[in-house]
Amino acid sequence: MPNNTTQERLKAEARGLNFFYNGGIQALKNINMPIYDNRVTALIGPSGCGKSTYLRSFNRMHDLYPGNRYEGEIRFYPDDTNLLAPEVDPIEVRMRVGMVFQKPNPFPKSIYENVAYGLRVRGERNRRMLDDKVEHALRGAALWDEVKDRLQDLASNLSGGQQQRLCIARALATDPELLLFDEPTSALDPIATGAIEELVHELKKRVTILIVTHNMQQAARVSDYTAYMFLGEMIEFGKTDEIFIKPKDRRTEDYITGRMG
Amino acid sequence: MTPGRVSPRLSHNAMRHWNERLIEAVLFLAAALSVLTTLGIVYILVSESIHFFARISIVDFLTDTQWTPLFDDAHFGIMVLVSGTLVSSLVALLVAIPVGTTIAIYLSEFAGSRVREIAKPILELLGGIPTIVYGYFALLVVTPILQVLLPNLPGFSLLSAGFVMGIMIVPYIASLSEDAMRAVPMSLREGAYAMGSSRLYTAIHVVIPAALSGLAASYVLAVSRAVGETMILAVAAGMQPNLTWNPMEPAATITSYIVQVALGDLPHGSIGYQTIFAAGLTLLLITLMFNIVGQWLRAKYKENY
Ligand SMILES: Nc1ncnc2c1ncn2[C@@H]1O[C@H](COP(=O)(O)OP(=O)(O)OP(=O)(O)O)[C@@H](O)[C@H]1O
Ligand SMILES: [Mg+2]
Repeated sequence: MPNNTTQERLKAEARGLNFFYNGGIQALKNINMPIYDNRVTALIGPSGCGKSTYLRSFNRMHDLYPGNRYEGEIRFYPDDTNLLAPEVDPIEVRMRVGMVFQKPNPFPKSIYENVAYGLRVRGERNRRMLDDKVEHALRGAALWDEVKDRLQDLASNLSGGQQQRLCIARALATDPELLLFDEPTSALDPIATGAIEELVHELKKRVTILIVTHNMQQAARVSDYTAYMFLGEMIEFGKTDEIFIKPKDRRTEDYITGRMG
Repeated sequence: MTPGRVSPRLSHNAMRHWNERLIEAVLFLAAALSVLTTLGIVYILVSESIHFFARISIVDFLTDTQWTPLFDDAHFGIMVLVSGTLVSSLVALLVAIPVGTTIAIYLSEFAGSRVREIAKPILELLGGIPTIVYGYFALLVVTPILQVLLPNLPGFSLLSAGFVMGIMIVPYIASLSEDAMRAVPMSLREGAYAMGSSRLYTAIHVVIPAALSGLAASYVLAVSRAVGETMILAVAAGMQPNLTWNPMEPAATITSYIVQVALGDLPHGSIGYQTIFAAGLTLLLITLMFNIVGQWLRAKYKENY
């Protein structure tokens, strides 16, 4: 653990996290790692090293498929609950931890209803409240000006970059405490990518962010902390500047300098 | 290369070309055969109906409230048969659409792969039961049970026949709707679950809207099956023409009339004989109408995921 993080507050912490896919393949091996409040943490590493598997543990996505098994804990603060505890309802976890996927996946509904989706799931009926929160979320995702006159249009009519920002707005609308991004820009062009990166930077004032990326520059640009994973293990975690300038582990250095992966 | 001789490579190509031509021709013939058959049916229906309408005015055909083509005092009000067809079909759809869709939701969104592997073949088996069996099931089992609940129900009724017709259609709707729902990409479901929605909420608010065009297609197929179904109605709904919108009554439908009359020996060219074709044409037009509505629904709700 880095020692110069005295002023940082913990939002979550993986402790001895192992994960096994159905059939027993171990995809995560004893992961220990802090996630700091209102900071952007990037997960990097070669394809197949377990970044998505790790990310999807935070919102219990693996519970959707039979036979998957977690060991260890993900402590979540300030209430210090273990997100992985069997008695914790995955739906409760997902109410607090939002997610944005690699490929934009807007629902077959209007722009408005996409953003209102999570609020409706949570039982919100008040039209004024919905309108306010939808607008707030769309502004938060830097999409409001582009869609404010066509809120009732189908979301599938938006461009790819707009759809991804809509998915961000959808996740933001319910005020999650932690927001997970799994390669959110890999399906987008450079301009849309730039917009999302800027957004991530802006959003950390509101929410803690954990982002998987294959793009080294992106990790360097948007994140405060970076974790390097390799073959299911957490090889190195530290401040992004330190990881990129003087990595402690040889494997991290090889990956960052492009000798691998 | 000497002129006049085809190089071995080219001749090989020519051979393959010839093969492809042959296959193409066979495929074309197969397609042409089904198109020609359809055209032939339409031609016969229309030409015989023209003879019919030369004798009976179309206005009478559509507005008369009696259907007694074989009586001395003959009436040709097709609405009598249409009402039986529509009422029994409506009853069938009221049973089949909710039950079939619920089964589809269960199989696609809730059941594990084990349950699905067992349930799907059973459903398909149900779809293969001859309709005459359903007909007697309606007459001998369902009608007596319904009569306990509804003491006024006669021995033959559109309700009983329609209900069993609904049961017969359930497997079609369940199977096709399940296919449509399973075709919805997992990423869409994951998006919904990640927002904290339950399985049921995800199924209703995300999967069904995404699969709507496939669901609509399965419902339209169900309508076609119901409108065209014959044996169940011939056996369990009674065959007396009866202009009614009340499912608690017995009534003939277009199909049960046709089967009834076609079994008798009516002389060619007689008016009774021609009613078969006029009724058949009406049936064709009703089915066509539902299919057009179905196409329109499909275009309107085309997969937007
Ligand atoms: N559903 C699954 N069942 C079994 N094994 C899986 C499953 N999903 C992933 N794995 C395996 O788990 C390991 C980690 O996969 P994961 O998707 O987390 O990698 P990743 O780091 O996100 O890779 P990428 O950068 O390509 O997205 C891989 O070896 C992969 O083959
Ligand atoms: Mg991944």
